[in-house]
Amino acid sequence: MAFKLNVNGHSTSVDVPPDMPLLWVLRDVLNLKAAKFGCGIAQCGACTVHVAGQPVRSCSYPVSSVGTKAVTTLEGLSATGNHPLQQAWETVDVPQCGYCQAGQIMSAAALLAKTPKPTDKDIDTAMSGNLCRCGTYLRIREAIHKAADMGPNASAKTVQTASKE
Amino acid sequence: MKRTETKNVMDRRSFFKISAVAGGGVMFTLPFAEELLAQGRGGAAPPPPNPNNFIKVALDGTVTIVAKNPETGQGVRNMLPMMIADELDVDWKNVKLDQADFDDSKYTAQSSGGSTATPNAWTPMRQAGAAGRAMFVTAAAQKWGVPETELTTGSGKVNHASSKRSVGYGELAAAVAKLPAPDMSRVKLKDASEYKIIGKKHSAYDISKIVTGAPIFGVDVTLPGMLHACFEKCGVFGGKVVSANLDEIKKLPGVKHAFVVERPIVTDAVIPGEPGLENGIAIVAETWWHAQSARQKLKVQWDEGIHASESSVGYQAKAEAMGKAAPQRTLRADGDADGALKSAAKVVEASYSYPFIAHAPLEPQNCTAMFKDGKLEMWGNSQQPGRGRKLVSDTVGVAESDISLHMVRAGGGFGRRLTNDYMVEAAWIAKQIPGVPVKLIWSREDDMRHDYYRPGGWQNLKAGIDASGKIVGWKNHFLSYGDGETFASSSAMGPTEFPQRFVPNYTLQSSVQRLGIRTGALRAPSSNAFAFVIQSFIDELAHAAGKDPAQYRLDLLASGAPVPAPAAPPAGGGRGGFAPPGMNAERMIGAMKLAMEKSEWGKKKYPAGTAQGIAFHFSHMGYFAEVAEVTVVGTKVKLNKVWVAGDIGSQIINPSGAENLVHGGVIDGMSELMMQEITVDKGRVVQGNFNTHGMVRINQAPPVIEVHFVKSTASPTGLGEPSLPPILPAIANAIFTASGKRLRQLPLSKAGMSWA
Ligand code: FES
Ligand code: FES
Repeated sequence: MAFKLNVNGHSTSVDVPPDMPLLWVLRDVLNLKAAKFGCGIAQCGACTVHVAGQPVRSCSYPVSSVGTKAVTTLEGLSATGNHPLQQAWETVDVPQCGYCQAGQIMSAAALLAKTPKPTDKDIDTAMSGNLCRCGTYLRIREAIHKAADMGPNASAKTVQTASKE
Repeated sequence: MKRTETKNVMDRRSFFKISAVAGGGVMFTLPFAEELLAQGRGGAAPPPPNPNNFIKVALDGTVTIVAKNPETGQGVRNMLPMMIADELDVDWKNVKLDQADFDDSKYTAQSSGGSTATPNAWTPMRQAGAAGRAMFVTAAAQKWGVPETELTTGSGKVNHASSKRSVGYGELAAAVAKLPAPDMSRVKLKDASEYKIIGKKHSAYDISKIVTGAPIFGVDVTLPGMLHACFEKCGVFGGKVVSANLDEIKKLPGVKHAFVVERPIVTDAVIPGEPGLENGIAIVAETWWHAQSARQKLKVQWDEGIHASESSVGYQAKAEAMGKAAPQRTLRADGDADGALKSAAKVVEASYSYPFIAHAPLEPQNCTAMFKDGKLEMWGNSQQPGRGRKLVSDTVGVAESDISLHMVRAGGGFGRRLTNDYMVEAAWIAKQIPGVPVKLIWSREDDMRHDYYRPGGWQNLKAGIDASGKIVGWKNHFLSYGDGETFASSSAMGPTEFPQRFVPNYTLQSSVQRLGIRTGALRAPSSNAFAFVIQSFIDELAHAAGKDPAQYRLDLLASGAPVPAPAAPPAGGGRGGFAPPGMNAERMIGAMKLAMEKSEWGKKKYPAGTAQGIAFHFSHMGYFAEVAEVTVVGTKVKLNKVWVAGDIGSQIINPSGAENLVHGGVIDGMSELMMQEITVDKGRVVQGNFNTHGMVRINQAPPVIEVHFVKSTASPTGLGEPSLPPILPAIANAIFTASGKRLRQLPLSKAGMSWA
């Protein structure tokens, strides 16, 4: 079945089964590899992307549900990799293996879009769907605070990227 | 990079090859750290340097260092090059790292595991950098006609202060390429106070790629015309396909091929380390989703083989029976433990147990392979690629020299990628469809149900204390898995397990039962379970003696016999020959005292339900003491804060990576303590995903984990593993003090407990 998708500001067509999860459309059809497969059942968050600015677990989100809503992956979070979260992640040296981090950053970006100055509790609530097998949680908290301090418009930029045709 | 001139200068005094690089740079070709180490120990004759392991200095002064070990998140890609770059005296920002391929028969072994990279590399990597620096100094001295003693280096330049001259390494490269290698006995290493890179925080080398989602992991490998595969195996290890509806499967959308894999496989009473290719069904399709969807429609009749009646309930019943019977073997008997127990003022007895658990690195197992013209090309992220290649060669019948292997970043390892079953499966599938690259990805359920599990076990302990509280006798009946005198992989206990040497009368006995699931090394193998048992039991003894648990441990450590001499390295030196010395009690006392000081042990007044607990453990040459502060409300446990004190030698090479790894050790330990258990029913693993074999989430992670290091005089050692083991008993001991509950069975969820 043909679907017209808006991914990272680009319009694109794919011919895939309607129940194919967005994750596999992104990874195997559109060759966008940032979103990762970790569990396939919405337990780990490694596959988190934004659909209409909302974080979704793309492994459990059928492509047929996307419609005209804008999809943003980590590749499209910022043009040059300098979103405040990306900068903060580098400064704080968050990753160990790095596998979960695309999902972590996308969940964090959605959090900052709604709550520009989150408390630890806000962070814990928003990020509890994202597992980190390596245990980088303390640095994730630190980096989100750092990104929040960097700019009140960090989140606004994200939304713009997400909705740009 | 074309070499225009090569000069082999291998002799006793030198250890690398120096060559000019087209365009004016110079290349130093290094043997591997392990090979240098073997030489240093007077082991085998020096092997020729490997031309794929090098430091290259380009005309513009850019330094390229090839990283040879697999990166699984432990930070080795930074650490080894940091050692070289500091001694070479170049700026870290001008250092470029390349990942070595495992692409031809020149390589022997490149592996990652056992916290061995740092101790193996510490001296040779620094020597390599220092020798390179010495050569730039010599070249500059010759160029300017001044004595070498008047020259200094810094930021990739040689400087002559009195004439205010300065020259970049790049400009000297051509001259250096013509120099003989320096006499290593005269090459001086820096004093620690002179380090500019070592000991400073450096973010992971690949961090920009990680935060922008670049395709750097095994699962991201993409090749033109590539197909995607999944592999269905019998839930019972060693099961075989009797029949399957492959004709139907082949007709499903996107499916290109479906095969029955039939291979002889060893299904013994104890499954050997790497049993080879399992039987099953491979489905190859346009996308992984197509393959996996077709898999849901599979109808397979299995011959489940000899292990189909095994269960956790059965293992438990057998353990209980073994616990009541006379031990099968005595692994150690110092003094007279029975006699000491008889005359002891008090005897404490307790049974502890721990379950099988899965590794579950977040990136599921995967491997990409292409078979063409009789040769295999593979992309994988094994922790032991050398072993993987051999297994592939033996199984699919392609000579090792015809298998090239690219090493791709791994999304975690934790020991799971020490074994290479997914590599063999990918190679087998690729060989059926020559000329087509195939990427195999396991589902999470495949990963969790076909792991090499951390073995479960039971320990029946008995100890006697005298009137002063001192431990006079210790007996442990260790119940594990194996067959006769053979323990299953990672299921053994060594005869010097603590508190051997610290208790005059010590007996360690064992009994084993057979099992039909695979076991293997998980981060801090054996220590990850033993620390919980031994440090919890010592806590019980401290309380029975009416002593402060920290002081009790210090007294116990002070009572030990001296460290026996380390076992001699195996003849000829060589890999895997690391013979760790026994625990040095002084160093552990140092770690304990630091943990007590930082946590203000015994000085804080807590409300009821809140308390600290302490524990220590020595593993992988690392000394760790940890204090946990918990609040227990009913069955809910909140970990408020952790203080970690570790001694891993004189130098923390990358403090940023080090702190991160310790955080990981603590959080990983929290998961093992509270929530992880693999059970077996009808020969099959029950748990399949993170909803049934979970891990700690961010809302359960403590707000603060303080990480402190004792800088001892010992040579630096690894940090991948030793911070994990003590956190389990530290928390369990805190729970006891806070709530009065002594929990002896892992995971604590079995007693209804959970993280708040
Ligand atoms: S892969 Fe989607 S939540 Fe784990
Ligand atoms: S950094 Fe490895 S899973 Fe998060």
